[in-house]
Amino acid sequence: MKGNTNKPSFFILYDQLRWEEKSLIEAAQKKDIKLEVINCRENSIELDQDKSNYRDDVILQRCVSYYNNLHSTAAFEGLGAQVINSLHTAIMCGNKLFTHMELSKSDIAIPKAFCAFSNQSAMSILNKNGYPKVIKPVVGSWGRMIALLKDKEAAEAVIEDREHMYPLYHVFYFEEFVKRPPRDIRSIVVGDRVVAAIYRYSGDNEWKTNMALGGKAEACKVTSEMEELCLKAAKTMKGEILGVDLMESENGLLVHEVNNTTEFKNTVRVTGVDIPSLIIEHLTNHNK
Amino acid sequence: MIKCTECDAEIKIPDDAMENEIVTCPDCGASYELIKSSNGFTIRPAQSVGEDWGE
Repeated sequence: MKGNTNKPSFFILYDQLRWEEKSLIEAAQKKDIKLEVINCRENSIELDQDKSNYRDDVILQRCVSYYNNLHSTAAFEGLGAQVINSLHTAIMCGNKLFTHMELSKSDIAIPKAFCAFSNQSAMSILNKNGYPKVIKPVVGSWGRMIALLKDKEAAEAVIEDREHMYPLYHVFYFEEFVKRPPRDIRSIVVGDRVVAAIYRYSGDNEWKTNMALGGKAEACKVTSEMEELCLKAAKTMKGEILGVDLMESENGLLVHEVNNTTEFKNTVRVTGVDIPSLIIEHLTNHNK
Repeated sequence: MIKCTECDAEIKIPDDAMENEIVTCPDCGASYELIKSSNGFTIRPAQSVGEDWGE
């Protein structure tokens, strides 16, 4: 891929054209804004090309594959483009342990967590801290491989399975099981605003609230407490367009995840907020 | 109208369809990616959900 001399206002980089990407393209067309879409899977990138080709180009990163997303962000940012979100944000949001530590440094309320790097030390810290605990792969989405460890026997079974997986799964990340209603909150941050939020209710026979696992969505009013917390989290992660996930604990709101390439189809559906247009406006203002 | 290669059902292409958009067979649920052709669109099997897909 080479930079286009007849420059569009910005680019959308994707690997799957989902509802979100299509709605962004349509929102730009409605505003008569020129954009170019780049299918990450059908293009290659000359990593040592003239950096003036992409200097100051604004690229909205929408790849659904974590590895495509991370590496194409690194490539384009390295070539001088402004990728939204940045490589720093992609790295920090893409790893639950990194996210935890970044949020912790900013004193943002988060679930208590700990990590271990061997089966023995994992079992040792679990037995010391007690059950139930939640085990999460440090890299992963849509609730995959997140398990509730109710007791020592459950923990031993899950941890033993991990021994036979890719080394990334030997990094054990555990969180407290937060007492909360059977829902969490997904807030969408665009620039310096929380533009919409939804409650995500667990699906039938499921404790996880991911929409990908059959959860249900309802509109959620954005309170000043939520807004302050989400914007602080977004600023900490140095992100511009993010999905910040919150839990309503007995001690107040906790941030449990910050999503770098947030989905927003269900949020648009239940809140009626035109998130695609707000994102397009944000990108347009980037060029001013 | 395009025929599903799995079950031969008819798959409707939306009027505002875009290249690389995913369409699903209404009968068997198979997913396809739209590819532009001289006659409009053809289909190819969509990439299955990757282990690293997500937000």
